[in-house]
Amino acid sequence: MCLALPARVIALDGADMAVVDLGGVRKRISIALVPEVQVGDYVIVHVGYAIGMLDIEEAEATLKLFAELTT
Amino acid sequence: MKYIDEFRDGALARNIAANIAREVKATRRYSFMEFCGGHTHALARYGVADLLPPNLRMIHGPGCPVCVLPIGRVDMGLRLALDAGVILCTYGDVMRVPASDGLSLMRAKARGADIRMVYSPLDALKLAVDNPRREVVFLAIGFETTTPPTALAIKQAAREGLKNFSVLCCHVLTPAAITHILESPEVLQYGTVEIDGFVGPAHVSIVIGSGPYEGFAKTHRKPVVIAGFEPLDVMQAILMLVRQVNDGRAEIENEFTRAVSREGNARAQAVTADVLEVRDTFEWRGLGEVPMSALQIRPEYALFDAEQRFDLNYRAVPDHKQCECGAILRGVKKPIDCKLFGTICTPDNPMGSCMVSSEGACAAHYSYGRFRDIPVVAA
Repeated sequence: MCLALPARVIALDGADMAVVDLGGVRKRISIALVPEVQVGDYVIVHVGYAIGMLDIEEAEATLKLFAELTT
Repeated sequence: MKYIDEFRDGALARNIAANIAREVKATRRYSFMEFCGGHTHALARYGVADLLPPNLRMIHGPGCPVCVLPIGRVDMGLRLALDAGVILCTYGDVMRVPASDGLSLMRAKARGADIRMVYSPLDALKLAVDNPRREVVFLAIGFETTTPPTALAIKQAAREGLKNFSVLCCHVLTPAAITHILESPEVLQYGTVEIDGFVGPAHVSIVIGSGPYEGFAKTHRKPVVIAGFEPLDVMQAILMLVRQVNDGRAEIENEFTRAVSREGNARAQAVTADVLEVRDTFEWRGLGEVPMSALQIRPEYALFDAEQRFDLNYRAVPDHKQCECGAILRGVKKPIDCKLFGTICTPDNPMGSCMVSSEGACAAHYSYGRFRDIPVVAA
């Protein structure tokens, strides 16, 4: 139920709406909950609404953490 | 897909598994509860259980909104659709939840009730605009992730002066459910259900932030690691929990830093607080009545509250006698402990709610894990 996916904003589209691209699929969603988004940002999309933004630097840092070896 | 595939990488998964294996102490056992159905699904679908050491056990929690929706709530929707003649719209998973008299919303639809599956509350609003002479009711369920969109839809309906739209609000709250589990007799009387820590919610935490969990670390001395819903996220969170247990720490840590902050999404919280307020009590399937654990529509928006508009009353209905969903949702039993599992209760014909959503503990085990229970014999 809480399924949500990161998608890239490719256009702002009227009041509180934006078009996102998810692996080639485009969809018009509401950005009323994250009004600060800009074209090129990644947002987390859930039931047709962006509920948050994805921090690209943090994503890269987490991936590096996965690759660490513990001793 | 970007920022999804990288978090499912097999080589990195084996690296994290090796780290976990190196760090667990052979002298003790580790039991962690993954609260969310999203984590249950990731563990089952990607075979993460097979990569964990034998002395580390994952217990499935009640964080699947479809699974904890009691029969009585689905019955309210059924009455609206069958007797009041409304267009009832809801999310896909709700359609198959078993209700009274052998019915579900799907079966009621087959009998002619006007029930529509929607992807978004925006679709429900559009149905109301397109059908001005019909009453449109949105049966809204979900945790804090799903609540702000419902609140926004109600505000939009008020702004546009929609006269035929209302919401049957069944939104529930995560921290209340975790507290309830921690204070249940099974956990307090140490031994029935051992929980050393929690894998904390992913998308719920985007909205509410990591702050609301700080109480559990303090009052109940349980570590919580907030984790994303991809398999590597869950594995890394398990590693972080193992480290906390080894060090004797009980802290809130955040593995899902790419989306979760301490404060969460302030705008989403404000919209929710503007439209919805806490209910005194709400029945959860498996947990029973839990005080202050759900939301209802504020009196200012009473016009959009289906419970008031149609004078609906909640009537509790017991589950099927042999269904173990209740015990499974509390972490007391596993799906295979239920007599109905895989026999008469399957994803095609669910008897209990845990078999409905792919995030339910029973559906996840049926789809991805049931052959693990059968010993391999030489041909």
